[in-house]
Amino acid sequence: MSITVNGRKQLELFQNVQQLLKHYGLENRIVVVEVNQEIVMKENYEMTSLSKGDVVEIVHFVGGG
Amino acid sequence: MLKIADRTFQSRLLLGTGKYPSFEVQKKAVEVSQAEILTFAVRRMNIFSEEQPNFLEQLDLTKYTLLPNTAGAKNAEEAVRIAKLARASGLCDMIKVEVIGDWHTLLPDPLETLKASEMLLEEGFIVLPYTSDDVVLAKRLESLGVHAIMPGASPIGSGKGIINPMNLKFIIEQSTIPIIVDAGIGSPKDAAYAMELGADAVLLNTAVAGAKDPVRMAEAMKLAIDAGRLGFEAGRIEEKEYATPSSPTAGMVTP
Repeated sequence: MSITVNGRKQLELFQNVQQLLKHYGLENRIVVVEVNQEIVMKENYEMTSLSKGDVVEIVHFVGGG
Repeated sequence: MLKIADRTFQSRLLLGTGKYPSFEVQKKAVEVSQAEILTFAVRRMNIFSEEQPNFLEQLDLTKYTLLPNTAGAKNAEEAVRIAKLARASGLCDMIKVEVIGDWHTLLPDPLETLKASEMLLEEGFIVLPYTSDDVVLAKRLESLGVHAIMPGASPIGSGKGIINPMNLKFIIEQSTIPIIVDAGIGSPKDAAYAMELGADAVLLNTAVAGAKDPVRMAEAMKLAIDAGRLGFEAGRIEEKEYATPSSPTAGMVTP
């Protein structure tokens, strides 16, 4: 077990946010990433490393009123 | 023209993007509504299943202003977290503050809404709180410096229309910022009525998305809002208890 992504424990290891997004095919999608409740801006994806126990949220816009 | 903070809009209809039967219908409805401001919610992405199409990613984002909401927030802190996530998309800096205080009626929590609005103003957002039709709360929000107030006509998705026109009128009359009637609109008559009361705009979702024909209802709402606004600007006649003839009472051909 390494990190939790959107509520699920992940077995894979990802060096940074960039790699994580690539793994899920999200590089070109409109998403926002939070690591341990801190927002990671797009320009910092590569330099934001992930380590054991990190909690990642990947959110997007859905229909709503 | 609708002016929110430093932005101007031709359309006085703000359209929600939830619960449409299909993206195709939704796209057409958005187009005929001529809405320029579209609301969205922020949610966890379902990254573990097959790729799901996303409505926002199919929009020409240069044509629309996004108004994300903080729906799902139970207190001010959660609302601020959601608002920051929305803004980090780089697509918007407006936020509809929505802090629900009762899950049965979906009525907003006035105290948390006030607190969230204050925190978000400090963070530099353009803040549009969704509130009940409480006149004093509206006054308090305006004195905080919010950029528009969005009182509900009746509970979200109820389609019950304007339950308390008197309160809405009081809010409209006392405010110097835009009043956008949000939630509870059921039919074009409700939207026209809100505009006739002097509202600056109407925000609706279910009334269009849930209609038998959402595309035609989107057009109907647009026309109703235009008609209501025009009627308000034209200035309606006074109501009288008894009849007054429309035809001259002199020069009758019959004795």
